[in-house]
Amino acid sequence: MSLSSDEYKKMGEKAVPKTKCLRNMSGAFLIGGAICTFGQFVLNFYLDMGLSTPSASTACSVTLIGVSAVLTGFGVYDKIAKFGGGGTLVPITGFANAVVSPAMEFKSEGFVLGLGVKIFTIAGPVIVYGVLASFVYGVIYWVLNWF
Amino acid sequence: MAHKIGKQTIIIDSDVGIKASAAVGSKKEGEGPLGKDFDIIDDDSRFGEKTWEKAESKMQELACWKALKKAELSMKDMDFIFAGDLLNQCIASAFSARGSKVPYLGLYGACSTFAEAVGLSAVFADSAAKNCLAVASSHFCSAERQYRFPLEYGGQRPPSAQWTATAAGAAVVSKGEGSPFIKAVTFGTVEDYGINDQNNMGAAMAPAAAATLSQFFRDTYTDPSDYDLIVTGDLGYVGSKLMLELMEREGFPLGGNYNDCGLMLFDREKQQVESGASGCGCSASVLSGHILPKLRDGVLKSVLALSTGALMSPTSVQQGETIPGIAHLICFSSEKGGIF
Repeated sequence: MSLSSDEYKKMGEKAVPKTKCLRNMSGAFLIGGAICTFGQFVLNFYLDMGLSTPSASTACSVTLIGVSAVLTGFGVYDKIAKFGGGGTLVPITGFANAVVSPAMEFKSEGFVLGLGVKIFTIAGPVIVYGVLASFVYGVIYWVLNWF
Repeated sequence: MAHKIGKQTIIIDSDVGIKASAAVGSKKEGEGPLGKDFDIIDDDSRFGEKTWEKAESKMQELACWKALKKAELSMKDMDFIFAGDLLNQCIASAFSARGSKVPYLGLYGACSTFAEAVGLSAVFADSAAKNCLAVASSHFCSAERQYRFPLEYGGQRPPSAQWTATAAGAAVVSKGEGSPFIKAVTFGTVEDYGINDQNNMGAAMAPAAAATLSQFFRDTYTDPSDYDLIVTGDLGYVGSKLMLELMEREGFPLGGNYNDCGLMLFDREKQQVESGASGCGCSASVLSGHILPKLRDGVLKSVLALSTGALMSPTSVQQGETIPGIAHLICFSSEKGGIF
């Protein structure tokens, strides 16, 4: 065919329907906001129960992770995410979903080589580069403290 | 005996026909516009099996069993099996054929596999065999876990993404048998126009489909208006749009007789499949369950069917490679005798 790759790429870009930005952003705002509001309620509940602020924060994270894991297990989280997009991805609940979903998926290949190996296929890079970033941050902080 | 004309087209000289065909699908396919055309629909997408891979094998077995039953033949009447799927090392096909005791040829042509299998079956039936079994399948769940994300992972799909059909199609290709007859086969070339977005496979495959189809017209001195229906495998909304543009540029503009299996299998809006259906099972089931029966009944007289494949792997995508496409064409007619 008498067609260059560049020409075709331009044709291809034109043929793709536009992402519904407004709809996706409102979905992310509503669902992400709802998750954070729920988190605030949980945090306040633990504070009211008499936990110290650091302990209440930890307990709140654990609760959100637990809720997300259970919702993933019951096949609900991905349905919320289909509507919420970035709103379900960014909070800690998205991280829990990213760990639990491969664990469920790859159980069929066994607990060691399936679940054990694949559990961090999605979350792995976040952990690796998260640790690296915090190390770099630590070094900068340490250097800045000299002055 | 089959012989080649022009650059790529093989003419099937003797009467080689699809004696019977069958389509198997799951819940979503059953709920689609072609739901009633499937021979077997199982709402349990595991088909009673423990793993998705086994479920896909089971679908192939069911499709073969049903097609043979409709043809009033048994597995031992088959001379060759041509089968393929999307899984690594083609296990769905090999595992479903292991009880058959029939010579088996495993194929990988990504989603173009069904036309590849039918085309090879036709060439074999015209020369070295009496009955061949052509079968292809795909399963949404086994494809997702291999190519994309775990099923329960929460994410949004871009508007150009396609939905892998959970379906299988099987066809008994026999010499001297009734309609629909296979008149010609055009095996396609690998075409790569630099698309590297694996969520836009329709765009990656459209140039291959246009290349094969226009080569067929050049080889046979025919044009789009000579056929009742020209149908591509799984270009979806984006790919079909590009296909129309590309064919116009090639000098063979397609009219109202053009359609795409990926647009026929699901209701794009209601079933939320973005650009449409994809997977080997898409063209395999739409052809086996919907189009071939229409040819048999004489509703359609001549059909050009292309299955289209995107030949990437998760590794090639991660390594930044572009996505090559391929398309194979089968020319069906409801009537006996030569048309070229």
